[in-house]
Amino acid sequence: MPDKPKVPGLFKGLGVTLGILKDTVVDGANTVQYPHEKEAPPIRARGVIALHEDNCTACMLCARSCPDWCIYIEGHKQLAPPRRAGGKPRQVNHLDRFDIDYALCMYCGICVEVCPFDALFWSPEYEYSEPKIADLLHDKEKLGEWMETVPEAPALEAGAQKK
Amino acid sequence: MSDRQQLSYIASQAADARLNVELETEGMTLNIGPQHPATHGTLRIICRLDGEQVVWAEPSCGYMHRGYEKLTEVRTFPQVTTLINRIDWLGSFANEVPFILAAEKLMEIEAPPRAQVIRTILFELSRIANVSLFLGDLGVQMGAITPVFLAFRDREYVLNLIEGATGGRFHPNFDRIGGLKDDLPAGWIDETRQVMVKLREFCDIIEDLLFGNEIFQSRMRGVGIIPADVAKDYGLSGANLRASGVDFDLRRDQQLPMAWDQVDWRVWTHPDGDSFARCWVRLQETRESCKIVEQLLDQIPAGPIMTKVPRIIKVPEGEAWVSTENPLGEMGYYVVSKGDLGPFRVKIRSASFNNISIVPWALKGVYVPDIITILASLYFILGDIDR
Amino acid sequence: MSQLAIEIPYWGQSLLRVLGGLVAVLLPAGTIVYLFLFKMMSFMQSRLGPMEAGPYGSLQLVAEVGKWMQKEDLAPEAADHQIFRIAPHIVLLSTFLLVVIVPFGPDAYFTNFSVGIFLGLAVASVSVLGILIAGWASANKYSLLGGLRAAGQLIAYELPMVLAVLGVVIQAGSMNLQEITVVQNTGEIFGFEWLGNPFIITQFVGFLIFMIAVQAELTQAPFDMPIAESELVSGYMTEYSGFRFLIFFIAEFATAGVFAFIASVLFLGGWGIPFSWFGWDDIEQVPDWMNLVGPLIMFTKMLVLTFVIMWVRFSMPRFREDQLQTFAWKVLIPLALLNTAVTAIFKVAF
Repeated sequence: MPDKPKVPGLFKGLGVTLGILKDTVVDGANTVQYPHEKEAPPIRARGVIALHEDNCTACMLCARSCPDWCIYIEGHKQLAPPRRAGGKPRQVNHLDRFDIDYALCMYCGICVEVCPFDALFWSPEYEYSEPKIADLLHDKEKLGEWMETVPEAPALEAGAQKK
Repeated sequence: MSDRQQLSYIASQAADARLNVELETEGMTLNIGPQHPATHGTLRIICRLDGEQVVWAEPSCGYMHRGYEKLTEVRTFPQVTTLINRIDWLGSFANEVPFILAAEKLMEIEAPPRAQVIRTILFELSRIANVSLFLGDLGVQMGAITPVFLAFRDREYVLNLIEGATGGRFHPNFDRIGGLKDDLPAGWIDETRQVMVKLREFCDIIEDLLFGNEIFQSRMRGVGIIPADVAKDYGLSGANLRASGVDFDLRRDQQLPMAWDQVDWRVWTHPDGDSFARCWVRLQETRESCKIVEQLLDQIPAGPIMTKVPRIIKVPEGEAWVSTENPLGEMGYYVVSKGDLGPFRVKIRSASFNNISIVPWALKGVYVPDIITILASLYFILGDIDR
Repeated sequence: MSQLAIEIPYWGQSLLRVLGGLVAVLLPAGTIVYLFLFKMMSFMQSRLGPMEAGPYGSLQLVAEVGKWMQKEDLAPEAADHQIFRIAPHIVLLSTFLLVVIVPFGPDAYFTNFSVGIFLGLAVASVSVLGILIAGWASANKYSLLGGLRAAGQLIAYELPMVLAVLGVVIQAGSMNLQEITVVQNTGEIFGFEWLGNPFIITQFVGFLIFMIAVQAELTQAPFDMPIAESELVSGYMTEYSGFRFLIFFIAEFATAGVFAFIASVLFLGGWGIPFSWFGWDDIEQVPDWMNLVGPLIMFTKMLVLTFVIMWVRFSMPRFREDQLQTFAWKVLIPLALLNTAVTAIFKVAF
């Protein structure tokens, strides 16, 4: 049960604001003056999705599991040279088009999670806003460029079991 | 009578009639919202005022209806988990938990102990994030503009924690059927301990700056008294119910596979049932959540973070209802599954929808400033009302 | 009247007076907005405030004025256009009329009116008119509520202000603000000549009542029910945008500055420092350089008082309208009457 404050609450409140004023003057504010200074987001922050094209087999699992249907994939089957001399030519899926529309993307991460071939990765980059909405459709090349910004997965806490 | 006399007689009668109508003051209909600084979103409350007193009030919600229950019919379980993050967007992780627990109930599996403890920690962190914003916003509704900045400043620490673990500040999307998506990154536990210390300081500052202030107390005490039986009749839940003296907390009264029974904590109630009681109970609950998190941090068992579940999850046929003590009140999901990749039908029982059902009863006869006080103390989020 | 070093023709004096009036109203407004509203409020909220426009955001005010002036001139269709247009100017007019009585130096004054403070209190009520008609003419229920609340509040808090000033007038023995300044700076307290006789020491209760009444007259929190941002959006100012809102905005802070000027004259000794420091006995002996230093001293005292007003504004929640009225009628007015009575008794007895 709250009891009556000993110092009249009005004056205590005034003291609190004066204290914060003093702290800001002495220690500096709690804000970061963007764009002059920038805070680094955590490693796992979901900023943008990067595509490792070599791993992608156009299996369409990510496009199917996206809640917004914002991934557009087109591919065709073609014959690749055999692995060993004297073997049959293999049929592989070649990726023609892999677009992610970031105007629709919910940043949920289901596509990154379901990819069986580790072709999609999260990167903490967040400064990619565009004046035109159509430019928010990132194509295969741009998604490949984001791969440079993908960090190493962080070490886990004690007691975690390695997957 | 000549024409002129007749005309002047008619004119004088008309003037009398005008005077009568002007002196007879009828009530003024005031629309609070849907665009208004005081409602937490697009809520419209239609009030009939007599001077500054409310004669009749009715909330008109639905401006933010996004069709969640229909959306879930054509989505798979992971996709639904993503969507329901956005129902109560401040208590982010807390929205996913009852749904995942209902799906696990249908599958008759339980998350491993490590996942249960971390789930509870993240649940309580969402509660802290949600209610600390409420405490700041309370100041703004009352006219004190400083506490809200302090609330946002200290809430940032909690959001950074959630982002460090899950990748998303507001929409973590971290719960999975059978456990959690990932384990905690190294250093998270120590960081959380430091943040809990800062959060306790924040609660003390808010108590000095806001709750101890005589003006605040005179605005809140005795305003909007809701007796316990009326609260139960209208289906209030959460801190609103506990502030009317009803000792009911789903964390303690239900047996769910979460870790609340492993720690030592208490349920806060207040006998008054006025606006001050509701706000005070929430302040104490924030402190209690800090205590729960600190205890759980010491007790995280080692082990796997996810039980063995197939890659493509098909939840067997059946119906399950799970509700938890979310930051806003009691939130529950009734999941009907027909053995598909996604649910057949999900009924979402959101806390705020029932909490605002008491608005017509509570606003009768109060002054206009007290409307804001009562709405602020009931604390609803529009996404939660309208889904 | 001490002789000035140079002879200025009458039209020159009038021009100086007009320019001086503009400076005396707008400079405090600008300083208060930048120093307290932009910077002090931000620092109390653990952030830095505007930093981009100019070094440390010093040109933010210029940017704001430019922004307001280039906005569209909107008025609601159902509004009473003529009255809607003049309402902000009435409020600013009362501020300009109020600054006319304030002395800034032994010869740096606008008028040496023998009943200066009486004129000031009368003119301060003109702003109530402006606020009320702004509320009615807006054809908006929120503005109406704000205007009605404002009318009730501002009239209720005029009385404590008048009664607090009455105590000062009794103690000084004159309503002329220049006289009041001189009496404070040449007097002595408890036999101490060193401090002068600032009325804040003997009229402490009057000072508190005056500052509370000023807080209410400016509709600042905790008395900002007429504006009540979270309920009435902006109260009587809701429908105003662009240049008209700029006038309201300037008027609010200019009035704060001018009331702080008046309070520093009444209670803190005005433009003077205790005359005994320099050995002056009377206003005739004050040298001319005091005409330049006097305004600086007034400015400093105004900043100190405004700091207190703004500090309370940023820290307190607001009263409900009926609590506000109860506070004025049942607490402040009896206290002010008691203060006046005690002052009168002391004045006659000693």
